Amino acid sequence: MNLTLKIWRQKDARSKGKIVDYPISGVEGDMSFLEMLDMLNEGLIEKGEEPVVFDHDCREGICGSCSLQIDGEPHGPDRFVTTCQLHMRKFNDGDTIYIEPFRAKAFPVIKDLMIDRSSFDRIQQAGGFISVNTSGNTIDANAIPIRKEDADQAMDAATCIGCGACVAACKNASAMLFTSAKVSQFSLLPQGQVEATERVMAMVNQMDEEGFGNCTNTGACEIECPKGISLENIARMNREYLKASLKG
Amino acid sequence: MSILDSKIPKGPLADKWTKHKNTIDLVNPANKRNIDVIVVGTGLAGGSAAATLAELGYNVKTFCYQDSPRRAHSIAAQGGINASKNYQGDGDSDYRLFYDTVKGGDYRSREANVYRLAEVSGNIIDQCVAQGVPFAREYGGLLDNRSFGGVLVSRTFYAKGQTGQQLLLGAYSAMNRQINRGKIQAFNRHEMLDLVKIDGKARGIIARDLVTGEIERHSAHAVVLATGGYGNVFFLSTNAMGSNVMAAWRAHRRGAFFANPCFTQIHPTCIPVSGENQSKLTLMSESLRNDGRIWVPKKKEDAEAIRTGKLKPTQLAEEDRDYYLERRYPAFGNLVPRDVASRAAKERCDAGFGVNKTGEAVYLDFAAAIQRYGKEKALTSGVHNPTKEQITKLGEEVIEAKYGNLFQMYEKIVDQDPYKTPMMIYPAVHYTMGGLWVDYNLQTTVPGCYAAGEANFSDHGANRLGASALMQGLADGYFVLPYTIGDYLSNDIRTGEIPTDTPEFDQAEKEVKDRIEKLMSASGTNSVDFYHKKLGKIMWNKCGMSRNEKELKEAIDEIAALREDFWKNVKVLGIADGMNPELEKAGRVADFLELGELFAKDALTRNESCGGHFREEYQTEDGEALRDDENFKFVSAWEYKGEPKDAVLHKEDLVYENIELKTRSYK
Repeated sequence: MNLTLKIWRQKDARSKGKIVDYPISGVEGDMSFLEMLDMLNEGLIEKGEEPVVFDHDCREGICGSCSLQIDGEPHGPDRFVTTCQLHMRKFNDGDTIYIEPFRAKAFPVIKDLMIDRSSFDRIQQAGGFISVNTSGNTIDANAIPIRKEDADQAMDAATCIGCGACVAACKNASAMLFTSAKVSQFSLLPQGQVEATERVMAMVNQMDEEGFGNCTNTGACEIECPKGISLENIARMNREYLKASLKG
Repeated sequence: MSILDSKIPKGPLADKWTKHKNTIDLVNPANKRNIDVIVVGTGLAGGSAAATLAELGYNVKTFCYQDSPRRAHSIAAQGGINASKNYQGDGDSDYRLFYDTVKGGDYRSREANVYRLAEVSGNIIDQCVAQGVPFAREYGGLLDNRSFGGVLVSRTFYAKGQTGQQLLLGAYSAMNRQINRGKIQAFNRHEMLDLVKIDGKARGIIARDLVTGEIERHSAHAVVLATGGYGNVFFLSTNAMGSNVMAAWRAHRRGAFFANPCFTQIHPTCIPVSGENQSKLTLMSESLRNDGRIWVPKKKEDAEAIRTGKLKPTQLAEEDRDYYLERRYPAFGNLVPRDVASRAAKERCDAGFGVNKTGEAVYLDFAAAIQRYGKEKALTSGVHNPTKEQITKLGEEVIEAKYGNLFQMYEKIVDQDPYKTPMMIYPAVHYTMGGLWVDYNLQTTVPGCYAAGEANFSDHGANRLGASALMQGLADGYFVLPYTIGDYLSNDIRTGEIPTDTPEFDQAEKEVKDRIEKLMSASGTNSVDFYHKKLGKIMWNKCGMSRNEKELKEAIDEIAALREDFWKNVKVLGIADGMNPELEKAGRVADFLELGELFAKDALTRNESCGGHFREEYQTEDGEALRDDENFKFVSAWEYKGEPKDAVLHKEDLVYENIELKTRSYK
């Protein structure tokens, strides 16, 4: 395959960025999108040009590092995959592909396609935990039975990988899907009930403080989420938030 | 007499840990506030250790190269975590978990450490459930279990195919709570480049801020390395792209002995290599061997027809298939340990029975399981006289509920539907049992420098059993290290803060900067990946699933030559005082080029076959590993002396008082 890549290049957080064209040939369908970028970088190094910087690590769709906006879509055209799991067989010979970083005020660019998502960490630090110290004396794991359905739903919410595709997909750059996934996971489990009020208030406040936008229910986040995190989680968080507000 | 003191407590096996905890020194809560601990790596071991140490009151600084602790590669572990809860009532116990682990490791691990691991395994599950980890449950609301290789009980707890993710997010949430309290300072996108020793003790690290390129000094009263394994020395592995040996290797160069570097786990069920541009390999969880049957064609001509696309696997009649694991190991069948399964796959492919284009793949087939589950499901859902299509559909639904995400992952990568045609799999480098030598307290040979999780060597011997890595990482981090480190730190209650404006920090920083300068100024022609791939090929071909004296000697010479060439001809573009992933890679590959040679040297020294270390010269008549307990019942611990070829071997004799040494048999 021969392709034309239009890639966002930006020296550092302070510099202005721009799209630069890179023709590439010899791309095979079995290559992953990031392997295609590896190939581009090898070629750039050979020519003495600085390679394109992008985040990536596990390359099996679970660490949540990779974060490319491909032809305007977070993680590209395929569904339920991260950028590292996207394969070049989804593209055709002669295609022009736009590659940009995830865009959001709360995700400033570090360099080229690499962004700073520490705002996500700070939302989790505000309340994304159950306050239990490590000890050998917590109750037996089977002491509290949990309905399978609840456990399964909690698990579905917990599979969020924190990549930020939901924010990048949202016209308001809202982090509601991300935040609600953690709130939901804990609200569905008995262990999470004790701190439910404080948790949802703290996490939502932090989310607002970081500069993420509001949710206007367009549902783009759910469609682009590589892990299929459901919009129901946002509804559940809204209920939790309302309950918490009433408790004051 | 060895200079290695394993510090194993005296007394009966089952009492050692309790007695040890009762007799070691403690630090009172007020004094803990004056003590700093650095934790490098934030995976299961590092994340859980950091959180627990902070809960206890120590001031913790964590370091990880990723942009968030949540992305450490523990997150990719799929199948599960073992614990001897015996919830299934199938006869499990601490002793059985201990026994299985020692046997699975081919009798090359330390009894006392492994027993302690089994002893705290149940607490891990309790702790994780309390943290809100959503483990799989049965309809009655209680926790579900499944089986893994090398055992005859069901003791593996799981969260779909994402157990590592859920446990890591649990540890991450515990860390977040302490970050929120100001007890953990998290340095993300930071890489440790050296260990700083003062008066022989580990007192800090030199780290590079990967965003600004700044070289920083960080001091502490103790340094914990939880930086994972070194599987990426093979270039292609199931590790993350950034997984590296640098922190452990830097500590090794400062005096920490490196143990059993040649003990590497090659995992049997990975997606086969597809082309030259491949950057990493993807694992298909061992849990799939609960239901998948592994086979190759019985006849060579069928294998050839499949390779050339003339025959489909589903067209091959039952009697023309060779379920070679079930044939060779009737007692354990498809659930033999990983090293055994990997070698058996290689044996069949080498003999010409491999099935994909490259001839390096075998089938993992779910057709039988789909039928079995389909029939059962039809019965329980009241479908009488189901048609074959109904059974298949119901069966596929059961399989999807169990392994859906793995099947999806496979389909995305290979572009084939594993519900309709068997998966193709082949062994790939996955885990390293070797690592920094530690005593019973998890302390390395450098006082004050500890190693936890995959970064140490202690619990898995020559082969790790499935679902035991998560168990060990969390055991070390939640339940072992936070206690044992107190014994050491109790001597530091009057020390006060460690200053960083000392000659030792000056010197370490200078060395780090010189090295970066050297990498940046090498005016060569080859990229870092060029060298990494070359190193990987040498390792895979000569230090991989089977090894022999001649090739190991060749590997040693070739790696040394490659290393020399690297320092002359590597090309690192960009700047040192800013974000530069090429520079990061260069530093990591430079260390792999040293470790690789020591790895080959260790494999050459160990004239026996055990676990993942298979020396062709030492095998039984039917091709099984031939151990030599008389001469090699020891841990190899290597002391750094400059070049890897000059490393000095120290031996820790392994004493078995509670298990009889036997030839491992899964037949």
